[in-house]
Amino acid sequence: MHKFADRMFITLSLAALMFTLLMLFALLVDVFVDGVTRLNGQFLTSFPSRKPEEAGILAALVGSVSLITLTAAIAVPLGVGSAVYLEQYAKRSRFNALMDINIGTLAGVPSIIYGLLGLALFVRVLALDRSLISGALTLSLLILPIIIIASREAIRVVPTSLQDGAFAIGATRSQVIRRIVFPLALPGILTGIILALSRAIGETAPLIAIGALTYIAFLPDSLSSPFTAMPIQIFNWVSRPQEAFHANAAAGIILLLAITLLFNAVAICTRNHFYKISAHCS
Amino acid sequence: MTHALEIRNLHIYYNSFHAVKGISITIPTNTITAIIGPSGCGKSSFLRVINRMNDLVPHARILGEVFFRGVNIYDPSVCEIDLRRRMGMVFQKPNPFPFSIFDNVAFGLRIQNRRDKVFLQERVEESLRRCALWDEVRDRLHQSAYELSGGQQQRLCIARALAVYPDVLLLDEPCASLDPKATKRIEELLQKLKEEITIVIVTHNMQQARRISDYAAFFHSGELVEWGTSAEIFDYPKKQLTQEYTQGLFG
Repeated sequence: MHKFADRMFITLSLAALMFTLLMLFALLVDVFVDGVTRLNGQFLTSFPSRKPEEAGILAALVGSVSLITLTAAIAVPLGVGSAVYLEQYAKRSRFNALMDINIGTLAGVPSIIYGLLGLALFVRVLALDRSLISGALTLSLLILPIIIIASREAIRVVPTSLQDGAFAIGATRSQVIRRIVFPLALPGILTGIILALSRAIGETAPLIAIGALTYIAFLPDSLSSPFTAMPIQIFNWVSRPQEAFHANAAAGIILLLAITLLFNAVAICTRNHFYKISAHCS
Repeated sequence: MTHALEIRNLHIYYNSFHAVKGISITIPTNTITAIIGPSGCGKSSFLRVINRMNDLVPHARILGEVFFRGVNIYDPSVCEIDLRRRMGMVFQKPNPFPFSIFDNVAFGLRIQNRRDKVFLQERVEESLRRCALWDEVRDRLHQSAYELSGGQQQRLCIARALAVYPDVLLLDEPCASLDPKATKRIEELLQKLKEEITIVIVTHNMQQARRISDYAAFFHSGELVEWGTSAEIFDYPKKQLTQEYTQGLFG
């Protein structure tokens, strides 16, 4: 009887897994069939066009890459700095406990809310307009909680015994952070950063909310340039009635997937490296 | 006989927990003083007060005075960083840094901005020799410290502490995780080191305390029951409690 229940459970969980995998696989196959023939040099080096066969992803690709680079430049120092403060300097107080809860909550706020905040604050109040910098600031807000949480986790697992050893020999707090905590936490922090950025590169809603354009026939040349990004371009193509644009969308999705996959691969490699080191220390 | 350390009426509180209750004791220069007593008697807390490592513990409150060479180290004018550079500390579990053997020993010097390569090399070699580790590691100074055995790692930690020429060496059960052979090497090492340096060692091991210490202090529930020369404490204790503990009747 027990064995039967056990077997039922295994079968059900396996079925759940297979269902999920099959759906994903079907989606992937569908996208590949539609898009793989469009994925060529012309597609990668052309601007959008009214004619689907002449349209390309260049503006969106360059836009996404610039956007992510800027976002990283803004969010990484802020996020890692906050994490270092919270883990190493902040005293345990009610205020800090409240901050903990808030950061956790912020990580779960829907991205459209960040988009609306970006629209009100960066686009309107700070009059940055629908520019690259507005987009990057908005995405930075979105991924800051993720970076802070991941970095704190990485800093927290640095063995206290090593920090004590450094303090006992006369290291200052900042020396302990720079020479012991940071090197040991770095791979974990990097993993968090890469995962956060791979989320940011796929975000569409907040960029649409701040009014990023969809038809851009030039490359962004400054922080205040209007811009487009890959998810927006894909969204735009999908909503066209012509079949041929859907093929473009599929090709764009393949490209975006490839980039995300690359990000995740790097994240996994750094994490494995991290585990090797921390296994040594404990 | 001069005193390296003089502790007067020391109290330690963690929140409302009164961990150390009014201890007064002097530690003579260039001797080994063993702090003994059952778990939770305040030995480690006492040790961590001497180099102000307890400053790092939130909600720890320290009352009383600790004089190191005539200066109260809890005076606001004393910088705890400078103080710790004059007091080495060795922990229960070997805690080498995840660097090379060389970089471990050089750590204390480098954080004081000593970067001269020749100087660092000389000091690293000297420190490793003082810990009788040099011959075992001379060919692999640039390999990870984690490749050493537990006993070697602990001697490396002692070398790391010695490299900055401390006046006092504080050891918190340094042999607790080591086998008898490695323990013996550390004990021999401490005997040699006390000629130049004052040593305070917390230990659970009565035989060890008796073998290596010149003075011994017996702590019990945060109080100093008795202290004196090791002969007095182990052979002619004045208090019943001390006798029972050193004879292993409780622990």
